[in-house]
Amino acid sequence: MSDGFIELRNIRKVFAGVVALDAMSLVIKPGEIHCLAGENGSGKSTVIKIMSGVYQPDGGEILIDGKPISAMSPIEAIAHGVQVIYQDFSLFGNLTVAENLAMNVHLGEKRRLMNWRRTRAIAREAVDRLGVELDLDAEVASLPTAGKQLVAIARALMSDARLIIMDEPTTALTRKEVETLFRIVRDIQARGIAILFVSHKMREMLEISERITVIRNGRKVAEGPTGDFDEALITRHMTGGDILNEPYAWIPPPGPPPVPRLEIRGLTVPGKCEDLSLAIRPGEIVGLSGLLGSGRTDLALALFGMVPRYEGEILIDGAPVRLRTTQEAIDAGIAYVPEDRLTEGLFLPQSIKRNMLATSYERLARRLVIDRSQAEEMTQGMVRAMQIATPTAEKPVMQLSGGNQQRVVLARWLLTDARVLILNGPTVGVDVGSKAEIHAKIRELAQHHGLAVLMISDDVLELVQNCNRLVLMHRGRFIEDLPAAAVTEETVSDRLKTFT
Amino acid sequence: MALLRRSETVIAGILLLAMVLIGTINPAFWQLDNLFSLMRSNVIIGIMAMGVLLVLISGGIDVSFPAFAVAAMYLTIKGMLALGYNGVVLPLLAATLMGLAFGAVNGFFVYKFRMIPLIVTLGTSAMVRGFLLGVVGTSMININKMPTALIDFGRTDVVSVTKADGTTYGLTAMVLIYLGLALAMHLVLRYTMIGRSAYALGGDPEAARRAGFDLRKTIFFIYCVAGALAGFAGLLHSGMIWLANPRDFVGLELDVIAAVVLGGASIFGGRGSVLGTMLGVFMLVMVKNSLIIMRVDTTWQLVVVGLIVIAATALSAWRDRRRAA
Repeated sequence: MSDGFIELRNIRKVFAGVVALDAMSLVIKPGEIHCLAGENGSGKSTVIKIMSGVYQPDGGEILIDGKPISAMSPIEAIAHGVQVIYQDFSLFGNLTVAENLAMNVHLGEKRRLMNWRRTRAIAREAVDRLGVELDLDAEVASLPTAGKQLVAIARALMSDARLIIMDEPTTALTRKEVETLFRIVRDIQARGIAILFVSHKMREMLEISERITVIRNGRKVAEGPTGDFDEALITRHMTGGDILNEPYAWIPPPGPPPVPRLEIRGLTVPGKCEDLSLAIRPGEIVGLSGLLGSGRTDLALALFGMVPRYEGEILIDGAPVRLRTTQEAIDAGIAYVPEDRLTEGLFLPQSIKRNMLATSYERLARRLVIDRSQAEEMTQGMVRAMQIATPTAEKPVMQLSGGNQQRVVLARWLLTDARVLILNGPTVGVDVGSKAEIHAKIRELAQHHGLAVLMISDDVLELVQNCNRLVLMHRGRFIEDLPAAAVTEETVSDRLKTFT
Repeated sequence: MALLRRSETVIAGILLLAMVLIGTINPAFWQLDNLFSLMRSNVIIGIMAMGVLLVLISGGIDVSFPAFAVAAMYLTIKGMLALGYNGVVLPLLAATLMGLAFGAVNGFFVYKFRMIPLIVTLGTSAMVRGFLLGVVGTSMININKMPTALIDFGRTDVVSVTKADGTTYGLTAMVLIYLGLALAMHLVLRYTMIGRSAYALGGDPEAARRAGFDLRKTIFFIYCVAGALAGFAGLLHSGMIWLANPRDFVGLELDVIAAVVLGGASIFGGRGSVLGTMLGVFMLVMVKNSLIIMRVDTTWQLVVVGLIVIAATALSAWRDRRRAA
């Protein structure tokens, strides 16, 4: 069978003795939308790099139009019509849209001189071909993520592409932008160009693709038309096991209702959010969703003492607190895991231990010197409790997987004896397996340690499955407060779509 | 509106304001002989600034060019004296090539070992200066020994004016060389692929590699050109001051980098223009010149230059962050 545009047959790739891909096969038919699904570390990016000629396989065959290709360089891959849109888009932020678009043409023609009129003409054509509006003279750095992605797609389409590989294209997009992207993807497909969508977001895969290939540990484990798959099946293939997806149920303790762990009354951050009132009782996980700019992050920052100029009242276990600095928030028992754990929360080159203890040094050094044995004990305990996969707590955090990194951040806050846990996008960029483990951990913290959890996320499914209540926010106000049992992912998504 | 947002317009505005201010404090500022002497002081710093601009755009930094300039200048003149050669074109070519060779060393370490340009150029700077003083010599070559052709070349004027008291002053022809080189740099940066590759490298090195730029060529080009311009400027300088001092140009790197950053080039790479740089050079030279006229101590001039570097860098960092947001 060789009806594919590009086909990988029994590809093997070894890095320094570690097998990254083994007997990996993948067929992309002309003009189809194909999804390559797999967890982080399953070999997805190695597949991309082999298809785009960046890596040479150690075994197996690559066929294009049924003909075997011996060794393929990146230039040859492009000549065959394979284009990759990387996660970081590979654009020059300091240059204009026009120059970014025309750059490859100039380089391909091995030009020595720069013709600006021609640059604009090339760019105009590229943008028209994609059928979108883009200011050619705008600096790319000034564009939003979705705009940058459009530039990258327009650039990929210029070179008579026959296959466009998109690496995690929806990661930084809002739901609305994802819909626009999908429309463009279908448009591209209508021109007979195949698309390989590399992702770990199952809902999106099921929505956009025609065929799915699932890989696990460098091997193809399943392949077929999308209609044959559902989320549970893909998950099972990706992780090699079932993941429990029971909604979170919070049962109020018998007797009078307990005092809320966290209560806010009329909280206002000028220009960001207005008159917010909410109570979260011990053991509750409350989901908060809304579009970007709805004020949800501002609320989180105010609760973490990063907006000293807020108005209104904040009570922890019934006692009013004033949060003007992060230290005051930590002392009050509030923990915050930020949106982008990689840039905001972790010291990547530092050890797990130092990262875990980052907020505890104040306590560890009561008598000026750090109590080393206590520090060691605390770290070891946490590595065990959080099941962080590492031989030693001295390992730099950047060598851990996304899920394990997230656990280090959680561990740090547990060490401060937090009573209120605020999570902003807790599983962004985390693969399915780790995601489920993090969710289980969060539930356990709420259920068995009596924490009040406020979970902010774009991933509505995540909220519906893990929260007992859902609060929707728009333009700085709470619009709805719903019991999770009463909603489904669809109803919430539809409700969010009405917010514009 | 687009014109107003350009950093060159802002710099030109600030420059004009500063000129009016200085002219009010000291009316002698607007006299033709002062303006001519100001422009003369632009030449050497300006030529070197063109090289530094190229390096900054590519995301690097160069602190070795004053050392290269002084070495190329002193070696060339020593050579001319030893050979008894008296000329202009060949010596300038020799100094330029020497600077280029030194620059290639910078390029080699930056490309091959992916070293931080600051460390590389600090190292080559110290080595070149050390060798020059230790091996070639420490004695100054004064006007009585300087090759006359160089001096004659350096004193050429474009226009000269005779004052009422019979003394004459003029605008040095070296300004034309500076303007010519600046124009050439502008054309290279704006209209050649190698110039655009410097911007690409400064914008995102990884993306530049993926796009298929030959980064080895780009990096060598950048550091070689910076070195060549320094060598050229070094020899030109000795012709203009009739003196070859092997300890010259100490601390000049700060002045030149200050001027380039003042001219709107980003210290993080990817942004900068020749016009802005020329305005920045003019501003720096003017401020220093005014401090001298106002009899401000040289130590305090250092403070001012340091302040300019920090203020201009902070401003451009703030600007770049706002753009990215």
